[in-house]
Amino acid sequence: MELRSLFLKANNELEYSGNRIRSRKVTCKKCQKDVSVAKIRKNNFVCPNCGHYFTVRARRRILMLTDKRSFVELNREYESKNILGFPEYDSKLQAAKEKSREFEGVICGEATIGGHRSCIFAMDGNFMMGSMGAVVGEKITSLFEYATEKSLPVVGITVSGGARMQEGMISLMQMSKVSAAVKRHSNKGNLYIALLTNPTTGGVDASFAMLGDITLAEPDARIGFAGPRVIEKTLNRALPKGFQKAESVLECGFLDAIVPRDQQKSYLEKLLRMHNC
Amino acid sequence: MKDYDIVLGARGEDRLTAVDYINGTIKEFTEFHGDRYFGDDGAVIAGIGMLKDMPVTVIGIEKGKNTEDRIAHNFGSAHPEGYRKALRLMKQAEKFHRPVICFVDTAGAFCGVDAEERGQGRAIAENLYEMSDLKTPILSVVIGEGGSGGALALSHSDRIWMLEDAYFSVVSPESCANILWKSTEKADVVADALFLTSEKLYKLGLIDKICKKDDVAGLAEDIYSELKRLCEEDEDTLIDERYQKFRNIGY
Ligand SMILES: [Zn+2]
Repeated sequence: MELRSLFLKANNELEYSGNRIRSRKVTCKKCQKDVSVAKIRKNNFVCPNCGHYFTVRARRRILMLTDKRSFVELNREYESKNILGFPEYDSKLQAAKEKSREFEGVICGEATIGGHRSCIFAMDGNFMMGSMGAVVGEKITSLFEYATEKSLPVVGITVSGGARMQEGMISLMQMSKVSAAVKRHSNKGNLYIALLTNPTTGGVDASFAMLGDITLAEPDARIGFAGPRVIEKTLNRALPKGFQKAESVLECGFLDAIVPRDQQKSYLEKLLRMHNC
Repeated sequence: MKDYDIVLGARGEDRLTAVDYINGTIKEFTEFHGDRYFGDDGAVIAGIGMLKDMPVTVIGIEKGKNTEDRIAHNFGSAHPEGYRKALRLMKQAEKFHRPVICFVDTAGAFCGVDAEERGQGRAIAENLYEMSDLKTPILSVVIGEGGSGGALALSHSDRIWMLEDAYFSVVSPESCANILWKSTEKADVVADALFLTSEKLYKLGLIDKICKKDDVAGLAEDIYSELKRLCEEDEDTLIDERYQKFRNIGY
């Protein structure tokens, strides 16, 4: 990929700037109203009409949660290879790079949040549905190791369909690799806050998304291990209302709190402050 | 034999199951029940026993032998309480300095409403997390199906072995084909591409040993000598090596 393309905005309906969409409107999936892109962006990517949460790509997430110009990226250049020669994987990787304008599905680095020095990673749902392959696992593991070495907290924003099938067992075992790095980070008394966004499922749900000292979620985010269609098939009837939604996952006891988007930064600042970070 | 045939064979109903391996390797196996939070999961059999002169903790995912038995074991698909029972007994093993043996044979963790509501993801995650620095040796043998996260949850081990005719995969070839090409017909092509056989996984360096099938006595000998070796390592070395083993996978 050309370096220049990294500086272009993502190929996402809400992320174009430029002339093409200066006064563009998009139709909100939930309320079906046409809303101006500018208004949505100003409103933390939440529909000003009905409160629907639009997808936020990883780089924007980091901007929204960290102090201005404080973010320094680590290991940006890591790129996936088709290790197993899996059919159509090369073209999918290429398409994902073009669509997301990123090298891979997670962005990692160091920043300050309300003045508190912290490591942060954000997954990108635009990159093969945020699936975890070897590079995603490696980048997150390296970040936890870096944070352990520097005694820094980690804030992780997850969005993922699970392990990346095209890398076979190598991707499955990233779950083990990252979990072990989270444990080492924790053993040294460091703080890890996970913020789960829509959707956080499969192998990511069954590893580092569920290993935070504090586990937060966005409203209405789908959080779970198995896909709803798979469960429906074994169940043979419709799923209960609100199943795997953050609100019911909270009721089941697997989340500490649901934090609306406009409060997330101050919420993180408060937590970091209370942990003397 | 094509890779997909190995998958189908690993699902065969006439195969030896975890109880056969437990009874064939462990003397005086004493089963313990329950996760101490919710219940006792029949899909996971766990307890202690003697491997020759060595007290060990043994955990197996059991599929069952006949229809009734299979229902009692939920066809070898564990709920969160199954993984929590396994973890409870691993922690007990750590306390009493017993090595842990896991016999893995599952199509996957159970997919259901109650499994989700009781935290299937969290249960698997916690096993990976806690096993990563459990201060006693862990050896896992995939004896049939190594179905994704549900099998991984008992495989964060110092040694991962596989029977020659077992498979271990990130996803079942059928659902992979279904997701990618909206049809299960290409499951055999996908099975090849997923690198799920013992031979391919050994070549990738993801497993440590390929074991002969139908040789339970030989397996017992091999497990015994390997655990003896691992028990001689000092704790920090053991944990460091386990960390590096998984650290080196991938990029
Ligand atoms: Zn709306």
